[in-house]
Amino acid sequence: MNLTYFPGCTLYTKAKAFDEAAKRAGERLGFTLEEMPYWTCCGATFPLAEDYDMALASPTRVLARARKASDKLVTLCAVCHNVLKRTNHVMQTNPERRAKVTDFIDEDYAGDLAVLHYLEVLRDEVGFDALAEKVARALEGLKVAPFYGCLLLRPKAEMQMDDPDRPRIFEDLLTALGAEPVDYPMKSECCGAFQVVHSDAMATRCSREIIGSARARGADLVVTACPLCQFNLDDRQAEMAKADKGFRGVPVLYFTELLAVALGEGLDLLSAERHAVDPVPVLQALGDEAA
Amino acid sequence: MRVRIETEQIGNDRIRKIEEVAAQSVYRCYQCGKCSAACPATPEMDMLPNQVIRYLQLGLEERVLEANTPWICASCLQCRAVCPKGVDLARIMEAVRMLQLRKGRNEIRLQDLPPEYLKRVPQILLISASRKFVPLS
Ligand code: SF4
Ligand code: SF4
Repeated sequence: MNLTYFPGCTLYTKAKAFDEAAKRAGERLGFTLEEMPYWTCCGATFPLAEDYDMALASPTRVLARARKASDKLVTLCAVCHNVLKRTNHVMQTNPERRAKVTDFIDEDYAGDLAVLHYLEVLRDEVGFDALAEKVARALEGLKVAPFYGCLLLRPKAEMQMDDPDRPRIFEDLLTALGAEPVDYPMKSECCGAFQVVHSDAMATRCSREIIGSARARGADLVVTACPLCQFNLDDRQAEMAKADKGFRGVPVLYFTELLAVALGEGLDLLSAERHAVDPVPVLQALGDEAA
Repeated sequence: MRVRIETEQIGNDRIRKIEEVAAQSVYRCYQCGKCSAACPATPEMDMLPNQVIRYLQLGLEERVLEANTPWICASCLQCRAVCPKGVDLARIMEAVRMLQLRKGRNEIRLQDLPPEYLKRVPQILLISASRKFVPLS
C-alpha cells in the first residue's frame, strides 16, 4: 500500500528520526510513505483570525497539490496535521473563503482530500491487533507516558481523531507494542509551545508540570507526535534540573521511534535525533532483538 | 422579560472589530471562569482569560491592550474545550494580538536569539512564533 505523505519542514531538518522511523515502521507494517510532490511549509499555525485568508494560502496549496496525487494525505507532525486538517475543514465548510483562497493561489481544490494522521493509519488501516503481531521486541515492563499536547486532538469537531478528554489512540498503540501506558492528568496539556521564545518561564513551568506528573506516575519514557512538544519537554529538563537538585530526567521520544524499535529496528535509529535526555539506556534494558 | 445586549448598543468600534476578526461575540460569555481554571498559562498572565472577556464586554478594551495575557496565550484551545457557552476565547486572544500586530507592534525579535539556540530549535517553533509575535509588514 502506497500512501501520499506530507513531511513538513521540521521533519526534514530537526526531527529526522521522527520521519525516518515512521518510514521504516511503515515498511515493516506493509505500507510505503510516498512524499507528495512540490510541498511547501504549511504555515505552522492555523490562523485563528477569521479575516486572515492569506495564512490559508500555503496550507491550501499543499492540499490542492496532494489532491492531484491521491484522495488521502498522511501527516506526522502534530502541528502540520492540525493546520492542514483545520484548513481542510474551512475548505469543506466555507465555499466563500475557499473560492477566495483557491483563486488567489490559482489552484483548483474542492475540499475532497482526507487528511489523516499516521496514528490514524495505524489504528484504522493497519489495525492495532495486526500491528501487535508484527512486534519483534515487545516493550515488556516499559512504562510509557503518552503526551498528546494541544494540537493533536483539539478542536475535537475539526480534528475528529479521538476524544480529547479521554483519548486512547496512543494508549492502544502502546499496549499493542507491549508497553504499559501511563495514565496521568497532564497528557493533553500545553508544553508552552512557541512561548518558549517569548515567555521562557511559562514554557519551562508547563513542561516541568508535565514531566513531573508523568514521572510521579512512574513513566520511564514520554512519547509525543509533536516536534515542538519534544523540544520543550526534552530541552527544558536541563533548566528543571538546575532548579531542583532531586530532579530525575525522563527521555522524550517520538512515538515512531518507539514503534520502529518495537518492530525490530536497531537503536542506532535514535542517533539521528537530538535527545537532550538519552533514551538509549532505558531501551537497551529491553535486550537487543534487532531483526 | 428578555433583555438582549449586543455590541451595537454598548460596545465601541474597537470591540466590534475584535469580535469581527475573532468571529466571536464577547457577550455570549457569562463569566463562569472555567476558561481561566483550564488555562495552563495563568501564572505568567497579569489578567485572567475570563477577565479579558469581561473588560471587552464592559467596553474597556484599553485595559486588555495593556495586559500581557494575549501575548502569553499559547493558543492551546483548552479554554475553548471547556467553555459551556461555546466561546472560542483563543480566537479572541488572537484578534487582540492580530489588531496590534497589524499596527506594527513587535513582540519579539527573533534575530536576537543566539545562533547556537537557533540551531537547536525546530522550524515550526520559529515560524509559529513569527506568526504570533511579529508584525505582518
Ligand atoms: S468558560 Fe466561556 S462562559 Fe465561562 S468565563 Fe470563560 S469564556 Fe466566559
Ligand atoms: S488558548 Fe490561550 S487563553 Fe486559552 S487556555 Fe490556552 S493559553 Fe489559555
